[in-house]
Amino acid sequence: MIQVEHMNKTFKVARRSAGFSNAVKALFHKETDTVHALSDLSFRIGDGEMVGYIGPNGAGKSSTIKILSGILTPDNGTCLINGRIPWTDRREHVKDIGVVFGQRTQLWWDVPVIDSFELLRDIYEIPKHQYLITLEELTELLALEEIIKTPARQLSLGQRMRCEIAASLLHTPKILFLDEPTIGLDAVSKLAVRDFIRKLNRIHKTTVLLTTHDMQDIDALADRVLLIGKGRLLLDGTLSDLKSRCEPPCATLDEIVASLYREFQI
Amino acid sequence: MRKYWSFFRIRFIRGLQYRAAALSGMVTQFVWGAMEILLFRAFYEASPESFPMTFEALSTYVWLQQAFLALYMVWFWESELFNSITTGDVAYELCRPVRLYDMWFVRGLAVRLSKAVLRCMPILIFSWFLPAPYGLTLPGDMKIWAMTLLSMTLGLLLIVAFGMIVYMSVFYTVSPQGIKLFVTSMAEFLSGSVIPIPFMPDHVKRIVEFLPFASAQNVPFRIFSGDITGPDVYSSMAKQVFWLFVFILIGRILEKRALRQIVIQGG
Repeated sequence: MIQVEHMNKTFKVARRSAGFSNAVKALFHKETDTVHALSDLSFRIGDGEMVGYIGPNGAGKSSTIKILSGILTPDNGTCLINGRIPWTDRREHVKDIGVVFGQRTQLWWDVPVIDSFELLRDIYEIPKHQYLITLEELTELLALEEIIKTPARQLSLGQRMRCEIAASLLHTPKILFLDEPTIGLDAVSKLAVRDFIRKLNRIHKTTVLLTTHDMQDIDALADRVLLIGKGRLLLDGTLSDLKSRCEPPCATLDEIVASLYREFQI
Repeated sequence: MRKYWSFFRIRFIRGLQYRAAALSGMVTQFVWGAMEILLFRAFYEASPESFPMTFEALSTYVWLQQAFLALYMVWFWESELFNSITTGDVAYELCRPVRLYDMWFVRGLAVRLSKAVLRCMPILIFSWFLPAPYGLTLPGDMKIWAMTLLSMTLGLLLIVAFGMIVYMSVFYTVSPQGIKLFVTSMAEFLSGSVIPIPFMPDHVKRIVEFLPFASAQNVPFRIFSGDITGPDVYSSMAKQVFWLFVFILIGRILEKRALRQIVIQGG
């Protein structure tokens, strides 16, 4: 169970105009702007739900994921995940969650993937038999057999992403956060990743929160969609709610979202 | 405990992979050590009475320094750690049920030990065969061996703890360049790796010996070479323990504060 209530997060962003003289000026007086990454954000996600979290770039999606993972501390507001506050109870909290950051890597670059997995096994203190069962299941579902003994640097992006996802699930977390898991992947890999996430949710009832810009991901995975823009929650509903808000009704999902962005002026 | 051991192992194994680097490093250290000893010989012959150590002790100091360079060099940094902070990849490490400080501390130990293990033995054996007073002189007393080992461990922990302070500071400054340049040049000199601390002018020496960097390689190598003896051994090691605690404390406070107000860079 994820409960977020009235959460705010602001960042200070350095600003200066272009040019040499402005750069010199900035040495003595640094101008910063406050950016409201999240304002008064509230939502609830029940166990076993698959939720798509969408919004334009800079809407606050990644910030939300980081807060829910316990990495960032919000300015105020409350957040409870399975009864814990992520950022104060970080080390206990992260045992329950898996996170995939699509644009980063958690695998050790120049050792075989399986070595990274075994390190994670020890870090999460996963019992040996349970580790073997999970590994076997993940290997089969994500077709890792061939690639698991290769160093991460020699994998293609699609292969690596499958390994990243497996790495985040070795400790069988109850909740999975996916931050743009399909970014840059080809059609085959995208389908494989989506298929896997669906199966995972069906078999283990894993709660999934997914951010993406790929509307087909949402179509394939999300029962429920949260739309945020400029840090505010704009829409919370099913995919068909989303579709029905738009004219003409037969438009593609991308067009619907684009028109929603226009409607909310984000 | 197992997770730290596992973390140590993966970094240690990775460090062992670079054989060519180890070989070239070894050659450099042989040549460097020999040059340094020849240089000091010139000073010694000019005026042996103003030489602050015996020549055997100096040679032993220099060879130990070359053999265990990887343990105590302050100018060695893991750019991966700096990068992971500046690009935000540290996000993944923060999603682990382990304290970042502990994980990186173990990592620092592993890197240095894996480098040292490959390089130390050939240099030690070679220098042991060199004729006196240019080679390594071994102390007869087993107690000195034990004290040296203990003091070397403390010195290594101190250097790693110092590195942690610098890594953590990048959470605040974003770019590691400035602090890296500054501390590298300062700490190298102050730890006695450019010239042994006894060779510094008296009033400089008094200040340097009070500073934390004198508690790294300076203490174990001078115990081993017989330059620090008697009650001085204990007081020097007590100082090592003191500075180790101070560095760890500073590092952990910096970490705690950084993680509370952290900004993970990048979207």
